[in-house]
Amino acid sequence: MTDGKNTLYLGIDIGSTTAKLVAVENGEIIYSTYERHLSQVRQKTAELIDGLRRAVGDRRVRAAVSGSAGLGIAEAAGIPFIQEVAATTELVRRFHPDTEAVIELGGEDAKIIFFGAGIDERMNGTCAGGTGAFIDQMATLLDVSVSELDRLSLDHTRIYPIASRCGVFAKTDIQPLLNQGARKEDIAASIYQAVVNQTIAGLAQGRRIRGKVLFFGGPLYYCRGLRERFRETLGLSEEDAPLPEYARHSVSLGAALFAEKNGISDTVGGLYEKISNCIPRSSGEKILPPLFESEGEYREFAARHAAATVEETDPARYSGKAYLGIDCGSTTTKLVLLSEDGKILYSYYSSNRGNPVTVIKEQLTKIYEICGERIKIAGSAVTGYGEELIKNAFGVDAGVVETAAHYTAARRFMPGVDFILDIGGQDIKCFRIRNGAIDSIMLNEACSSGCGSFIETFARSMGYTAEEFSKKGLFARAPVNLGSRCTVFMNSSVKQSQKDGATAEDISAGLSVSVVKNAIYKVIRATSPEDLGENVVVQGGTLLNDAVLRALEKELGRNVVRPAIAGLMGAYGAALKAMNHKGESSLMGPEELTEFTHTSKTAVCRGCTNNCRLTVNTFSGGGRFISGNRCEKGLGRDPGEAGEHNLYEFKRKYLTSLAPVKGKRGTVGIPLSLGMYELLPLWHGIFTSLGYEVIVSEMSTRETYEKGQFTIPSDTACYPAKLMHGHVEELIGRGVDMIFYPCLTYNVDERASVNHYNCPVVAYYSELLAGNLEDTGTSRFFYPYLNINKKSALADELYRYLGGAAAGFSKREIRAAVNAGFEAQEKYVAAVRREGEAALAYARENGKRIMILAGRPYHIDEEICHGIDRLALSLGFVVVSEDSVAHLAEVPEVRVLNQWTYHARLYRAAKYATEHDDTELVQLVSFGCGVDAITTDEVRRILEEGGKYCTQIKIDEITNLGAVKIRLRSLLAAIEDRETAEENG
Amino acid sequence: MERNYIQYTKEMKKDYTVFIPNMLPIHFSLIARVMNNYGIRAQVLKTSGPHIGETGLRYVHNDTCYPAILVIGQFIDAIQSGKYDPHKVALILFQTGGGCRASNYISLLRKALVRAGYEYVPVISFSLAGIEKHPGFNLSLGMLHRMLYAVTYGDLLMTAVNQTKPYEVHRGEAERKAEEWTERLTAEMAEKRISYRRIKRNYRAIIDDFATIERRERETVKVGVVGEIFVKYSPLGNNNLEDFLVSEGAEVVVPGLLDFCMYSVYNGIVDQKFYGRAPVKAFFSRFAYRFLLKKQRDVIDIMKEEGTFRPYTPFDHTVSLADGYISHGVKMGEGWLLTAEMLELAESGALSIVCTQPFGCLPNHICGKGMMKPVKEANPAINIIAIDYDTGASVVNQQNRIKLMLTAAKRPEPGEQTAEPAEREAAEFS
Repeated sequence: MTDGKNTLYLGIDIGSTTAKLVAVENGEIIYSTYERHLSQVRQKTAELIDGLRRAVGDRRVRAAVSGSAGLGIAEAAGIPFIQEVAATTELVRRFHPDTEAVIELGGEDAKIIFFGAGIDERMNGTCAGGTGAFIDQMATLLDVSVSELDRLSLDHTRIYPIASRCGVFAKTDIQPLLNQGARKEDIAASIYQAVVNQTIAGLAQGRRIRGKVLFFGGPLYYCRGLRERFRETLGLSEEDAPLPEYARHSVSLGAALFAEKNGISDTVGGLYEKISNCIPRSSGEKILPPLFESEGEYREFAARHAAATVEETDPARYSGKAYLGIDCGSTTTKLVLLSEDGKILYSYYSSNRGNPVTVIKEQLTKIYEICGERIKIAGSAVTGYGEELIKNAFGVDAGVVETAAHYTAARRFMPGVDFILDIGGQDIKCFRIRNGAIDSIMLNEACSSGCGSFIETFARSMGYTAEEFSKKGLFARAPVNLGSRCTVFMNSSVKQSQKDGATAEDISAGLSVSVVKNAIYKVIRATSPEDLGENVVVQGGTLLNDAVLRALEKELGRNVVRPAIAGLMGAYGAALKAMNHKGESSLMGPEELTEFTHTSKTAVCRGCTNNCRLTVNTFSGGGRFISGNRCEKGLGRDPGEAGEHNLYEFKRKYLTSLAPVKGKRGTVGIPLSLGMYELLPLWHGIFTSLGYEVIVSEMSTRETYEKGQFTIPSDTACYPAKLMHGHVEELIGRGVDMIFYPCLTYNVDERASVNHYNCPVVAYYSELLAGNLEDTGTSRFFYPYLNINKKSALADELYRYLGGAAAGFSKREIRAAVNAGFEAQEKYVAAVRREGEAALAYARENGKRIMILAGRPYHIDEEICHGIDRLALSLGFVVVSEDSVAHLAEVPEVRVLNQWTYHARLYRAAKYATEHDDTELVQLVSFGCGVDAITTDEVRRILEEGGKYCTQIKIDEITNLGAVKIRLRSLLAAIEDRETAEENG
Repeated sequence: MERNYIQYTKEMKKDYTVFIPNMLPIHFSLIARVMNNYGIRAQVLKTSGPHIGETGLRYVHNDTCYPAILVIGQFIDAIQSGKYDPHKVALILFQTGGGCRASNYISLLRKALVRAGYEYVPVISFSLAGIEKHPGFNLSLGMLHRMLYAVTYGDLLMTAVNQTKPYEVHRGEAERKAEEWTERLTAEMAEKRISYRRIKRNYRAIIDDFATIERRERETVKVGVVGEIFVKYSPLGNNNLEDFLVSEGAEVVVPGLLDFCMYSVYNGIVDQKFYGRAPVKAFFSRFAYRFLLKKQRDVIDIMKEEGTFRPYTPFDHTVSLADGYISHGVKMGEGWLLTAEMLELAESGALSIVCTQPFGCLPNHICGKGMMKPVKEANPAINIIAIDYDTGASVVNQQNRIKLMLTAAKRPEPGEQTAEPAEREAAEFS
């Protein structure tokens, strides 16, 4: 080192959202800054250096750059670069050598670095969304600042389960909580808990975080509540897990240390010049054509869309009846008041600021003022996410399922409409119309929702309003190509384009194109514009954005109709539906309204083992609305007679009633998970017959997942697989002698498919468990490779694996046990089929609709299907499972390789549905199930060619049934519409 | 059974172009040339760029594995390019079958072709199981035999390039030699008879030739690449992973394609033990396995004799490495081979390993990500990172993670660091 004692070491850290600079002299931080760079990476960096120059003068420095958005600048300006985790490592090794782990959260990155024997550094993969950005997004959703969010979280009294996979899922969980009136304090803390769970599940991957842990990065520096959640979850004291005062500067400080040896030597001024004048290289391929070639083209476009309007009329001059439509959406509340001749008297569109009840109370008061004595509200209807809450709170006459409201509205603008696309704050809804009835409905699956609010959040993060931001995009010359996947991925694509020097304009236009591509290719999965029908009506708040609308027209290659009230279509449709109301309206009157109050508190339902956490909303006048429940029980309602016929419940009862019998050979624990949901009777029978006491793990709950999450190595595996870890932990805790889950490459051959494989996860999950379980205690993990299609082979293998004669087994005994096992299995299969047939007969005798809730055996698990079976019952369906009816249909022609036993049943069940008018099939798809990427298209084809609706529901950790309910109600509405259409010829 | 696919007929050999997806540039060029010699106008698609993934997304279910999206996207993109008459085009896909969803690529490709309006384009399923009949594509023993040498030549050239590139004084020399050899070898393969003695002479000549390349000694990090076969090998699938690694000063170590072939054959033997496969069939697998082992051994011997290059690990040794980690019964996708290759790479000095897989790859949950912990625990010096590939994954993110691994590999162990500056400053900070 030739540098003098007074050399200034400079570390610059340019992250995804912020830029940090630290200057170190004689081992002391003499200057530091931390600012959001709003994607103006180069300018901001230059500014920071300029600030340093003003503070310390034009001194000699040694500098290095770090950070995810810093690489481009570093390369272009010729400044040494250090990868950010490496920078942190540098810091820790020098100053905190006794550290065991570092948890560092950044704008979009999450990292855990383990020290000790060999440094192990983990960063979030492609799936885990950003954490700082996620907290920002959630704060926006709650309409509070990040620091308010933190304050709120400190006063929490309970934690709600919020999906921890990625931001989009979490949002789906939070929105209903908000709509149901849960306390913001609790939600804030729950959001932090979700971040904690995500970090642990995604990054620790089976390695426990213990010992001395350091917290680094902006979010952990600023959010006290978040640190608290981490400490509590990991069982650490404040001493074990301190927050160094330079926590948010850790990377820049690490870079400054790196600069000591490897930095570039220059003056502050020289560095400023280098950065100001550098031109980061751009990858030319990622550029899209502009949205509009010219101003004139835009004017023509604007005029065309302005023509699609609904007439308005002045309420001051109107007297007579009026009809109110309310659309209580996930992020916005909309109201429309119509005159008797269908003109708009009043309309309202606003963010619901986290509490729609207050917004609607204000609006109703205002409407009553406008109406005075002249106008009488003769009917009202409400639609949207908050439908039930608002209906109960204000005595609204009718609830309309969202899809039906939108179709009613769209028909007014284009009588022959055959496709409606609605992109809202966080849902995409679209449906095809055939013969005047809704023919197929596509709602966004959990992974691409949030598109509209994503633009808004992104606009804010760049320092614009959503409107300003989208305007910028209109005339962008070189929109960036951000791809067409989940928005969480887009964050990193944006990061990349920023690195490449894209402007805010280009990013805005690029985001619009991506939102559209998501809708078309991810949700609708169209292959060509023709797939979207002849007459397309678009609506929803997001399509009010001209840039998004234009991107859509360009992608489709044709013009569409966007009504001028595109953001109000749900409310407008509801108002039109309200016109059908007969008799007096039950809507709360003006006097009552002034007295109206609303409180909410929480409770736990004891109706069944689910222990749903309920939110009880109480309204003045004694009205009550309970939400959070998975079924109707907690509401004091009976699920109905059809409750007797629910194959899911039948199977659950059957399997959980297989009791342990004390025996001479000790205990065998069987995890009730994955394939065991089908083959349990077989193994239970075999081991019981051999004199083992068979201990079966309890059916999964959220706690099961949490118990096992520390040992999950692959965060993209399906939820049923992840639950397996908790089941095994439970069995270890119960001290069984041996835990049994065999490897079965082949499943039962039902002679209904080309081959009879298990999927790789079901087949080999034991291998993964064996490699990743931390400590199996006194239990031996037993996972032999077995062949279940040949009794003699199975008996031979078991004999060998169990230790044969040396272990005290006789071949005869094992052969008898295998026979007993198969007998039990056959009995189970027969019982399921018999019950299926009984349910079908019952439905037909009583004129009930039948739903084949088709998934795989493990989908009956309460924690996996989240009570969807009971939801279907409450909607009046008789529920049967795929395996209870598959035997009643032939194997249809299948155009993919039909080689998995479980999935082969889906095709037959679908075939059965097409053969019966009263039967619908709803397919449950596990998120991350690769095999289902193949089966869903094929099931859809079989159903649609047979004239049936295809409803597919992706399920994951998400516990909110709201979206599922809309799906099923839309299905019902569609069936009813179609039946009406058929009756009318 | 009723035939529900379009055949590639003898007449089509006249003027149809048969597209081959680009998985391994050197190997597949050689294989294409072998097919040419049998009258099939095969052509390896060399296209790249983001539009290929986008085309794939348009015609394949978006949650399907990334290789399917790319391979199908590349086919359809080529058909739509306007450079070919769609009525004079056929496609060929290499299939291994089994419980992984990859066995559905053929079905997915045919469905995509129907959706795109090319239902008349024949698709040849290249599988040793050979279920489908294509009169124009007769998988003769002669052709198979020549393809085998396309694979062994390909492996040798690939290995020689990988072991030379980071050290060559004149940039591009290794690649150029590989191209020259590809030309020369294909010309030879056109000849009626192939002599194994001559092939062995060629092995030797290749090694000697690459050994003449002028090298400069430098510190490199040896980085092994394992994973799902397509993203492991194909630059299109892994965003030019090998080039990136070389540009970061690493030497890339990738196990050969022959290993995967031997893995497939070996599973035929295992099937008898685990799944009651007929002993006769297993006998043939055993025969083929021994045959291939011998072929590999011959190359290894020649490499050892010359001495410049690190020879391959004999496959029977690789097989044994899985013991204690994962059972040979795991046979879907890359199965136990993936785990065994991690250990094999570590043994041969590549302690930094990139485990590549398509986003959500089912078998890799088990044999890739699922085995990282036990492998690392037993071998603390190994550093493995898992990288997921798909159309939405950001290259910056992937490269960032790889850089992180490389930084860790280059970092001196705690004791080796010069402690002087740390001591000076620690007082103020801690």
